[in-house]
Amino acid sequence: MSTPTRTPTGAPRELAGPTTGGVGANAQRPDAALKVTGEFAYGSDLWTDDMLWGVTLRSPRPYARIRSIEIGEALAVPGVHAVLTAEDVPGRNVCGLELSDQPVLAEGVVRYQGEPVALVAADHPEIARQAAKKIRVDYDVWEPVTDPMAALGHPTWNQVHDQPAEVSGLSRESAPIHPDGNLVRHLKIRKGEPAPTADVVVTGEYTVGMQDQAFLGPESGLAMPAEDGGVDLYVSTQWLHVDQKQVCAALGLPLEKVRLTLAGVGGAFGGREDLSMHVHACLLALRTGRPVKMVYDREESFFGHVHRHPAMMRYEHGATREGKLVHVRCEIYFDGGAYASSTPAVVGNGGTMGIGPYVVPNVHVDAYGVYTNNPPCGAMRGFGSVQAAFGYEAQMDKLAAALGMDPVELRCRNAMELGSESPTGQIVDSPAPVAELLRRLEAMPLPPEHGAGTAPDLRDLPGGVGNTTHGEGVVRGVGYAVGYKNVGFSEGYDDYSTARVRLEVIGGAPAVTVHTAAAEVGQGLVTIEQQICRTELGVDEVVVHPKDTGVGSGGSTSASRQTYMTGGAVKAACEQVREQLFGLAQQRLGRTVADLRLEGGKVVSDRQGVLGALADILGDEVIEETVEWRHRPTEPIDPEAGQGFAHVQYAFAAHRAVVDVDVELGLVKVVELACTQDVGKAINPEAVIGQIQGGTGQGLGLAVMEEILVKGGEIRNPSFTDYLIPTILDMPPMRIEVLEYPDPHAPYGLRGVGEPPTISSGPAVVAAIRQATGRALTRVPVRPEYITGT
Amino acid sequence: MRIQMTVNGVDRTADDVWEGESLLYVLRERMGLPGSKNACEQGECGSCTVYLDEVPVCSCLVAAGQGRGRDVRTVEGLADGPDLHPVQQAFVEAGAVQCGFCTPGLLVQTHALLATSQRPSDAEIREALAGNLCRCTGYEKILDAVRLAADRMAVPEAGP
Repeated sequence: MSTPTRTPTGAPRELAGPTTGGVGANAQRPDAALKVTGEFAYGSDLWTDDMLWGVTLRSPRPYARIRSIEIGEALAVPGVHAVLTAEDVPGRNVCGLELSDQPVLAEGVVRYQGEPVALVAADHPEIARQAAKKIRVDYDVWEPVTDPMAALGHPTWNQVHDQPAEVSGLSRESAPIHPDGNLVRHLKIRKGEPAPTADVVVTGEYTVGMQDQAFLGPESGLAMPAEDGGVDLYVSTQWLHVDQKQVCAALGLPLEKVRLTLAGVGGAFGGREDLSMHVHACLLALRTGRPVKMVYDREESFFGHVHRHPAMMRYEHGATREGKLVHVRCEIYFDGGAYASSTPAVVGNGGTMGIGPYVVPNVHVDAYGVYTNNPPCGAMRGFGSVQAAFGYEAQMDKLAAALGMDPVELRCRNAMELGSESPTGQIVDSPAPVAELLRRLEAMPLPPEHGAGTAPDLRDLPGGVGNTTHGEGVVRGVGYAVGYKNVGFSEGYDDYSTARVRLEVIGGAPAVTVHTAAAEVGQGLVTIEQQICRTELGVDEVVVHPKDTGVGSGGSTSASRQTYMTGGAVKAACEQVREQLFGLAQQRLGRTVADLRLEGGKVVSDRQGVLGALADILGDEVIEETVEWRHRPTEPIDPEAGQGFAHVQYAFAAHRAVVDVDVELGLVKVVELACTQDVGKAINPEAVIGQIQGGTGQGLGLAVMEEILVKGGEIRNPSFTDYLIPTILDMPPMRIEVLEYPDPHAPYGLRGVGEPPTISSGPAVVAAIRQATGRALTRVPVRPEYITGT
Repeated sequence: MRIQMTVNGVDRTADDVWEGESLLYVLRERMGLPGSKNACEQGECGSCTVYLDEVPVCSCLVAAGQGRGRDVRTVEGLADGPDLHPVQQAFVEAGAVQCGFCTPGLLVQTHALLATSQRPSDAEIREALAGNLCRCTGYEKILDAVRLAADRMAVPEAGP
């Protein structure tokens, strides 16, 4: 049984009122009914008369010069309407999330396997696929650069892993993959003494494999050519406005001629931050003058979006005999693959939060993001922090063992708290209940052991109904981990969201329309927008306008930021609408009233009671306000010492994992994953629980099963047959406690929720397997052979 | 080729079907029934699950021609009239729907489970839904939804 509980710790103000479904309520999603009847339109469901299908021809080679492309034969296939290559890109043939370094269609060279080279539009998807096979591309194949350290010319570590790392050749060291070299970003943190001494020192090297977001709804959308020479694009994405900017640049069109509307999104998790089929479908639509639909299949999806950066990490931790951390040194290499995508931000997070939520006086960090010819890597839930947590939490356990100390006790002695100083010199200025999260986990009851003398149900054992054991060779282990993540965009980025809120009377009753461009990807932002409007305006009926570029940017649905940022914008817009309404009310009353508020569709004064129905006061008036809302500014960190107020908010979660390991076969069954998380204020408590459960699952996946296998720059397992994500049989029951310590700087005191559970769950699972097996397990995902040592 | 079949109780015909098309493609692209989902098109994720003559199948693995003359029931055909089916209602209420892409397949599979097992144990639910991937929920609320639906369907007067 899942037993989620909430521990009320006091919200900044009492928000419950007679309006139902407001802030703090378990309001139901407005799109749920459509989603259970099959009527909700995802990008891949869009359809129009006269529509063509677009497909992408991708490079089979990770690194090659294109000598020539011949399209004549493909173009001659009956039913084909267009075949396009780089020559047909009318604007700038370049795109990219943080750095513009990626061609829309390959020009002269391909830098990763799967890079788009040409496009085909045809009457039927199969005709388009067959025609794409007839495009003749002549490649001059180069040796790919696949080792990130070698790509920088750094000496490769002598890693002792449970499984030897694959080392590949480097033949083009002298010729970088990109003109400015293979280094995307190097972040340095230098805090405290350069050469501190400690009583006890432990070191370790750790590797994290490449994870896929594995959202279920594939990349998809529909581009409609418009009469004004522009294009309307309906697309599944995470950030409409950053897409719009890139599409415009590539098409050579002004912003007003490229209009984007969010199609239904089947999960994202970071994988839709970069462009996929956006420009391609628009190019084909503008060329053919017809609507063009593009939908990737699962194999293409593995090539069509960025993945989580693999990381190689080296740590040294020093502590006093009493278990106080003296210093941490770490080096982290993030393999960014062929194009930058979010690599600079990943390095920023991995570097600034690379030692975990601990107070350490002396910190020395070098984090690198590197170009290679591996698949491009970018955003995935918890990025930077997820990788580092596998390293620093393994180190904390190793240090505890060296000190003869309980691992939870060691963590609590060094835990970050309100007022602590971070490695970047930032004072933590809102609650940071790291120790409490761990202590609460420790206090939870453990799941029962398998009954002695009775045969356990096979389904409860590692290997399940595969009937690989009846309990013999099965050892239980328990592990703890804690992690943290920045919320919102950091390091001085101008992070904002825009909301338009409209109040009017429809059919005799007050109704609110909320319009933002912030992407709903499944997390439930549409519900949050409604809840905030209900609470702020006292109106039950709230309509969420379709998400489009008809309103200003909502920023990305990433970095756990939308409830904070777009929630903040909606709240601010509601406040302006309310002020106008109060003005109107006082005008109608002919007097000034000081303590007005809105409740249950009425204007109310504490002292004078109900002053009138909102519908009567409004009459035919329509009040509409648009607000661009920012969180308090952050600062860039200085390039030499890495010091600065880099992050607007931290969010914390901790996990305890209980595992059963078949030590003879190396099979793992996660028996229970308990989680504690501080969310500041749960705007929708059940949605918070859903985020924790789902995020925890993705962390478990990375710990024991999920890895894109890349050899020589080529993906070996681009399918759900070979890339495994947790099924309902793999996921254990979860015991969850949600804390609500308000952040005084955030709307309603809330804290971002989505990412923290993905950070600590994996390290807790690996810690539990270590405890059961005694193995070092320095590489994730943990494979059976690491456990058996075979 | 021309294919005729009964879909959600209605006789349907699709013309000019290419032999390589799947039942899923014909439902989605030729019959205006995109509720069944195209998440992997490899029979691994269960998002495209439909009933074919009362047996749940991955419609991506069924050639369209195999559907000829047969009875197909999709997520669009679960509810009887305007009200949601108790299984659909339970998924909504339990918070088992996030992005919702896996949901249609899970609904059909759960519908099939509860048709044969009135009060399945958690282990039975997990086994029955092991072929349906969900990336958003961690499955906990899906289990809650199936338990809720089972409770209501076993005692009809307590259900919606």
